[in-house]
Amino acid sequence: MTIRKIRVLVAKPGLDGHDRGAKVIAQAFRDAGFEVIYTGLRQTPESIVATAEQEDVDCIAMSMLSGSHLTLMPKVTRLLKEKEMEDILVIGGGVIPSEDIPLLKEAGIAEIFTPGTPTSLCVEYVKNNVTEKA
Amino acid sequence: MQLHEKILQGNVRAASRLIRNIEDGFPGAKATIAKIYPYTGKAHVIGITGSPGAGKSTLTDGIIAAFRKKGKTVGVLAVDPSSPFTGGAILGDRVRMQRHAEDPGVFIRSLATRGALGGLSRAVGDSIHVLDSMGKDIIIVETVGTGQQEVEIMNYADTVILVLVPGMGDAVQTLKAGIMEIADIFVINKAQRDGADMLDSEINILLDMALQDPNGWRPPVKRVGSKDEEQHFIKGIEEIVSQIIEHREYYSGNHEALNKRHRRKALFEIQAALQGAVLQPFMAQLAADNTLEDMIEQVMSRKSDPHSTAEEAARKYLGS
Repeated sequence: MTIRKIRVLVAKPGLDGHDRGAKVIAQAFRDAGFEVIYTGLRQTPESIVATAEQEDVDCIAMSMLSGSHLTLMPKVTRLLKEKEMEDILVIGGGVIPSEDIPLLKEAGIAEIFTPGTPTSLCVEYVKNNVTEKA
Repeated sequence: MQLHEKILQGNVRAASRLIRNIEDGFPGAKATIAKIYPYTGKAHVIGITGSPGAGKSTLTDGIIAAFRKKGKTVGVLAVDPSSPFTGGAILGDRVRMQRHAEDPGVFIRSLATRGALGGLSRAVGDSIHVLDSMGKDIIIVETVGTGQQEVEIMNYADTVILVLVPGMGDAVQTLKAGIMEIADIFVINKAQRDGADMLDSEINILLDMALQDPNGWRPPVKRVGSKDEEQHFIKGIEEIVSQIIEHREYYSGNHEALNKRHRRKALFEIQAALQGAVLQPFMAQLAADNTLEDMIEQVMSRKSDPHSTAEEAARKYLGS
């Protein structure tokens, strides 16, 4: 039985330039033994999904502090669905009001991690929820 | 449709999955490579190597754009190091190339070294075959930031570009064996900085001194300035690209040299495959029946030495 190395895309959609959170989580994923593909700031949903396809990732982790999460995060899950890539786990983090979280979950974002979440919790969540690729 | 058929049709997801399967040592991956291998050998493989921060990813980004302008499709394999402690990795070369993410004529795949030492990933050879069989015209392999010794790229690339920056060392550095010898094209990046003239002449002196076949390829030295001066930067990139094309033409007109290069490539890939076919299962077997533990104990306690214990185990395994 081969054990897959977990590959995660850490992406920053939208226009805010604050990538500290994304870098912290990327580091935590690396320290957990994941391979982290980091794409930098200001990614469009289209470029995020194209990157996920080229990199064959198990998980897309999006960090957003711009307030446009209700537009951009669901767009990513919609594009994934169109491309039949729904087996990719999608999670989000950043400054996201609690009343928005149910809406995001409904749109297919599996979990939202708000400020103050220990990184170990995110790591465990990814480990337990990615789908093993056949 | 089977995986290899999808790849031959250029399907991105199938290709990225096969690369993943190769990296993970997934059963069946080698058999799929065997099916696509007959369709390979068409792409021109460019290796880009140089020290960390020399600007390899930025140059790669520029070279992608230049080849796209010529209507060529491009595949990129960007290698970054894995942590020796956790096995994790941050693969960040894409940051500089993301403007090409949505271009269907460009396929960028990040690879982690996963313990390989030559500046590449063990999956790189097969990953080149995947991109080649998909029909990519140009394949760019960007190595990890290299020191003096990581020369493995020479066995995979048709054209090796060594990226240097001014101010990294004196003339003795350029005389050293290893990475300086494998370049087909030298690029002095960040050439607006002090020391570019000095570096340029040092490389040229080195090339003058090297024992050269008068009909051989003399590596050109090209300068690229800051990306902030866009026109200069693009002009520098275009000069590199025309040298790549010239280098390719040199080889296609020189059958003997081309043959030598292809032989070296084939031999290297066979050696790497033999390692996978013989050494890895051997090690796994030694670990499984505890022989390896005994060997470690013997060597640690000085009851035996590494060579004798390895030879004894090898004889047993190979049955001679």
